Amino acid sequence: MALITVKDLSLGYEHRTIAEGISFTVNAGDYLCIVGENGSGKTTLMNTLLGLRAPIAGQIITGDGLKRNEIGYLPQQTVVQKDFPASVYEIVLSGCQGRCGFRPFYTKSEKLLAHQNMERMGIEDLAHRCYRELSGGQQQRVLLARALCATRKVLLLDEPVSGLDPVVTEQLYKLIKELNEEGITIIMITHDINAALRYSSQILRIGGDAA
Amino acid sequence: MIDKLMMSLQFPFVRYALIVGVLIALCSSLLGVTLVLKRFSFIGDGLSHVAFGAMSIAEVLELTNNMLIVLPTTILCAILLLRSGKNAKIKGDAAVAMISVGALAFGYLLMNIFSTSSNLTGDVCSTLFGSTSILTLTQAEVWICAILSVVVVVIYILFYNKIFAVTFDEDFAKATGIQADLYNLMIAVVIAVIIVLAMNLVGSLLISALVIFPALSTMRIFRSFRSVTICSAILSVFCALSGLVVSIAAGTPVGSTIVAADVLMFFICQIIGAVKGGIRV
Repeated sequence: MALITVKDLSLGYEHRTIAEGISFTVNAGDYLCIVGENGSGKTTLMNTLLGLRAPIAGQIITGDGLKRNEIGYLPQQTVVQKDFPASVYEIVLSGCQGRCGFRPFYTKSEKLLAHQNMERMGIEDLAHRCYRELSGGQQQRVLLARALCATRKVLLLDEPVSGLDPVVTEQLYKLIKELNEEGITIIMITHDINAALRYSSQILRIGGDAA
Repeated sequence: MIDKLMMSLQFPFVRYALIVGVLIALCSSLLGVTLVLKRFSFIGDGLSHVAFGAMSIAEVLELTNNMLIVLPTTILCAILLLRSGKNAKIKGDAAVAMISVGALAFGYLLMNIFSTSSNLTGDVCSTLFGSTSILTLTQAEVWICAILSVVVVVIYILFYNKIFAVTFDEDFAKATGIQADLYNLMIAVVIAVIIVLAMNLVGSLLISALVIFPALSTMRIFRSFRSVTICSAILSVFCALSGLVVSIAAGTPVGSTIVAADVLMFFICQIIGAVKGGIRV
C-alpha cells in the first residue's frame, strides 16, 4: 500500500477554490517534487498534507502504518525565528516533542537522537551556537535535523533553498538526496525545475494548463 | 538609609509588598519571554486595560466581589487575542491596540457616568498606576498571590519544552502532532490570571513593564532559550526588589520606580550586549 494517497483533492480558503482534482500517490522511498506558479496552491497542498488545514473536498489516506506525528516538516522561515534566542541543540531537540505526548521532559534516547541528527547534518559543532547568528544554509540544516527528529519515514520540505546562494543550494540538495537514498521519502516544494528534474523521482505540477 | 529600611521591614505591609512584588515579577517575566517572541509585547498592557474596563463594570453593578467579572472577561480577551494568530482579519498588534484603548476609554466613561466615588481621578490613577495599592495588601491577598505564583511556576516548568516548541514554530509543532492550540490556550489563561492578579496589586503600568522588560533585556545578552528564560526571571526579581527598596527609602511611587529600574537594566544589558557582540568572532 502507498504511504500517502491523495484522491481528488480540492484546496482553497473558505469559499474560494485554488486548485482542484489533485490525485497522486507517494510510495515509500519516493522523491516527489511539487512545482507550480506562485499562488497555485503548493504551500496550501503541503499544509493540507500536514493536517494544518482541512481540504475542501477529496481525501488524504495514509498507509503503511504512517501516523500523523511521523511526518517531518521543513517549513519556510518565519519572521519570529529571525531574532529568536535559541541554541541549535534546543531547536533540534524540539523535533522530538511530537513523541512526548503529555510527558513534560525529554528522555535520554530523545536527546541522543537529537545529537545523532545534528551529526548527520554536520552541525554537531554548532550545538551551542545561537540560531539567529547562523548563515541561511546552516539554519536550514538545523531545521532539517529537527525534522529528522520528528520522522523516520516522510519529510516535507517547503522551498528549502529559497534565499540560499548556489553553492549552499547545491549542498542542501545533495544532503536531501542522501536522506532519500537512506530510505526517507521526500516531498518537496520548489521553484527550481532543473533541480526537480535532476533529483526527484516524480514531479507533480499544480495549476496551469500545460501539465 | 539602611536604618530606615530596617525600620520599614518591621511593618508587615512592607514585607507583604516585597513578597508580592517579587512573586509577580517572577511569574510575569517567565511568560514575558514567550509573549515578546510571539510578538505580543503589548498584550500585558491591553489585558490590564481590559481588566480595568471590567473592573469599572463591576463597580457600576456594585458587585461585592469584582473578580467574578474581571477574571473571566480578561481570560476571554486573552484567548481571543492569542488564538487569532496570523490568520485573523485584524492582525495581532492592531487587535491588541484596539481592545486596549477601547476597554480603557469604556471603563473610564462608565466610571465617570455612574461612579459614586468623590475622588474619581484618584481611583482611576491608582488602578492604572498602582500608586499605593501594593502597600495596602492584606495577608489573604499575599497568600492568594503566593499560591497562584507557585501554580504558575510549576505549570511553566512542566510545560517548558512544549512552550518552547509552540513559540519557536507553531506550524511545525502542529504538523508533528503537538496540540499547539491547547498550549496557546493555556498560555493565554495563565497570562490573563497573572495580569488580573497583578493589576489588583501593583497597577497596570507596572504589569506591562514586568512582562516585557526582563525578556527584552536578557535577549540582548543571552543566546539560548533556557538562559534567556532563567536570567530574565532573575533579572526581573532583582529589579523588582531594588525598585521596591529604593521606593521605600526615597518615598517614590512603587510601580514607576520598579519600571525605572527595569528600563535602566535594559540599557545596561544593551551596552553589555553591544560590547560582547563586538568582541565575539
